[in-house]
Amino acid sequence: MHLDILTLSRLQFALTIMFHYLFPPLSIGLGALMVLMEGAFLWTGDKEWEALARFWTKIFAVNFAMGVASGIVMEFQFGTNWSTYSRFVGDVFGSALAAEGIFAFFLESGFLAVLVFGWDRVSKRMHFLSTVLVALGALFSAVWIVVANSWQQTPAGYVLVSHAGVARAEITDFWAVVFNPSSVQRLIHTILGAWVAGGALVASVSAYYVLKGRHAGPARKALALSVVFGAAAAVLLPLSGDASARLVARYQPAKLAAFEGLYKTADPAPLTLVGIPDDSRQELRAAVRVPGLLSFLVHRRFGGVVAGLDAFAPQDRPPVAASFFLFHAMVGIGTLLAALFALSLWRLRAGKLYEDRLLLWGLVGSVVAALAANEIGWCAAEVGRQPWIVYGLLRTQDAVSRAVPARHALISIVLFFVIYSLLLAVWLLVVSDKIAQGIEPPEPAGGALTEAK
Amino acid sequence: MDLRVLWFILLGVLLAGYAILDGFDLGVGILHLGARDDRERRIFMNSIGPLWDGNEVWLVTFGGALFAAFPEAYATAFSGFYLAFMLLLFALIFRAVSMEFRSKRESPLWRGAWDVAFSAASVVAALLFGVAAGDSMLGIPIGADHEYVGGFFLLLRPYAILVGLLNVSLFALHGAIYLDMKTEGELQRRVRRWTWYAFAIFLTLYLLTTIVTLTRVPRALANFERLPWLWAVVALNILALANIPRALLLRRAGQAFLSSAAAIAALVGLFGAALYPNLIVSSLSPEWSMTLLNASSSDKTLKIMALIAACGMPLVLCYTAVIYWVFRGKVELGKSSY
Repeated sequence: MHLDILTLSRLQFALTIMFHYLFPPLSIGLGALMVLMEGAFLWTGDKEWEALARFWTKIFAVNFAMGVASGIVMEFQFGTNWSTYSRFVGDVFGSALAAEGIFAFFLESGFLAVLVFGWDRVSKRMHFLSTVLVALGALFSAVWIVVANSWQQTPAGYVLVSHAGVARAEITDFWAVVFNPSSVQRLIHTILGAWVAGGALVASVSAYYVLKGRHAGPARKALALSVVFGAAAAVLLPLSGDASARLVARYQPAKLAAFEGLYKTADPAPLTLVGIPDDSRQELRAAVRVPGLLSFLVHRRFGGVVAGLDAFAPQDRPPVAASFFLFHAMVGIGTLLAALFALSLWRLRAGKLYEDRLLLWGLVGSVVAALAANEIGWCAAEVGRQPWIVYGLLRTQDAVSRAVPARHALISIVLFFVIYSLLLAVWLLVVSDKIAQGIEPPEPAGGALTEAK
Repeated sequence: MDLRVLWFILLGVLLAGYAILDGFDLGVGILHLGARDDRERRIFMNSIGPLWDGNEVWLVTFGGALFAAFPEAYATAFSGFYLAFMLLLFALIFRAVSMEFRSKRESPLWRGAWDVAFSAASVVAALLFGVAAGDSMLGIPIGADHEYVGGFFLLLRPYAILVGLLNVSLFALHGAIYLDMKTEGELQRRVRRWTWYAFAIFLTLYLLTTIVTLTRVPRALANFERLPWLWAVVALNILALANIPRALLLRRAGQAFLSSAAAIAALVGLFGAALYPNLIVSSLSPEWSMTLLNASSSDKTLKIMALIAACGMPLVLCYTAVIYWVFRGKVELGKSSY
């Protein structure tokens, strides 16, 4: 692999976005759960809900700081490493980014202050309102960034014009950009994925406490809440995935062919469960297929043409093996998580979840799987878009900065790697400290109560 | 008004908002190691704890607005200043996480390490913002194709370093005045002493920078002939600066803070006046400079953005006001503090 500015910039973007994307899904998911916890406290007056809300607020704050710190890198990086891309899309893409700042980040970061530091400064209602606004802010930021990314997948509402002799996309219809063909479905899919991640985080820690016999009251409450919440999101995810995939079939057929490892156009087309793409022979090895199912998923009948990779010029095809494995890994992990949460919900209803140690350990591990599925899903979406940075309009290889020497990018990527490794280690340390310290018991009037061992 | 001019002004407003608000956060960071013990350092961090995050959003929004309104300038500046921007990013990352991480463990070694990271990151960030402003004043080598053709060390010219140091001293002054409002007792007395030192250093660098700017960058005054009202910005700058020692002597920290905020706003205004109608001046040929005309987005985008700003900014100002009201007064260390 030749370490030119293109390769290095792609590596750096992958590194920085994957690091960043550990945090937003947790913020979005945990934000929603904190609204429910604090709402339950206001509704019932049960102090255990307040203790839970306070505990998770601390984890949320650390997580949010990491998201902010790594997020600002993403915004700058469009300009530093992808300046040709920025010149091309700025007219369209920039508005979404600016709207994200104005509508989402100010809301989030402003009221986060009240959320974290305001417990004793504002009324309960005002604090709850702040929690709601922070959770909404996290959602809004997802809206704008997914809109911008979806425009790269399925561009709409623009016209190509020559600006000072160079082609660029200019906006013609703002709402067509916002509601481009894939943005709504991809947004739903992203948010459901984030909710599963948030549900899995709370379920994981709560299941751990239940297993260790700590905080019996609040831990069981949080476990029940997160299992219901996580199960709802995890079961809806495949439906949203199906809707998204049909849009991919319609607007990005080469991407679908790569996801499915479909080298040759077929009618009816089978759905591949497992297999190993072999580019040299242009076929899947050791494939297990369900006949006609891909045609069914695309056309809703067991017949109908699905374009294979052979329908596209070689220079327009995504890397097949990476797309195939990433996509199948996402679907596989997502299915396992849906099964785990559905099973947990069923055991919860039967009143047996708190004693089912095997299932509880499964929930403890679920947060890793959920974060992995979120990351892998995004990788699949981005790798499957290749070789385009803006689908059908601008190739990734033509989008990189021309003014940056490769050695500068090498310096920055090494530093990012070192700094992010350090931050990841510290983040894990700090969060596991918090989990080990546990939930501070609610203070009854008349003095603090020490926790019974 | 022409949409390009409107967005040039709005970018100035965002930049001034950022410099005023995150300026005092960075200033507190610059002064952080001057706090003697753990309690004092916690007071410093908690004085900005609830606010720095929202303040940094002004920079994020400035970046997004520059991207949207003048994508050519955004692309050229960010790729041209590559290593400098990376350094700035690392500084902002450490500034953000060090506050969050420091409080989570008791060990003095742990806390000391994050104290140093926090302070160093604040100094580097403040310095780099100033260096960037200095380089923008001088102009940078931009070719006919709008690409930067200089190296990294070219950016570290003496004038740029001078403006960088000026900015560090300005933020230190602004931060010290802010801490004056947030602290009490012996710590407050010490902070007040620092305010005077910072003011003396700033004033020296300010006079030096003014002289060098007037001799080395004659372009800086080019717009003043056509737009004589710009002298009012100069007057505001001088009056605001002059009011700082007065307010300090009268023990009116709030008034001193408003004065340093006004001085920062005026400095950003003068910076804009020196650049206009350029965004990035090419030191190679004036024809290759990136201007409001050749670097901007389409009218349609500028109009949409103006609508977004008109809807969003009043909300932003409302909740900024609410947050600052909730966290007014002296710092009290409590259970939810850092």
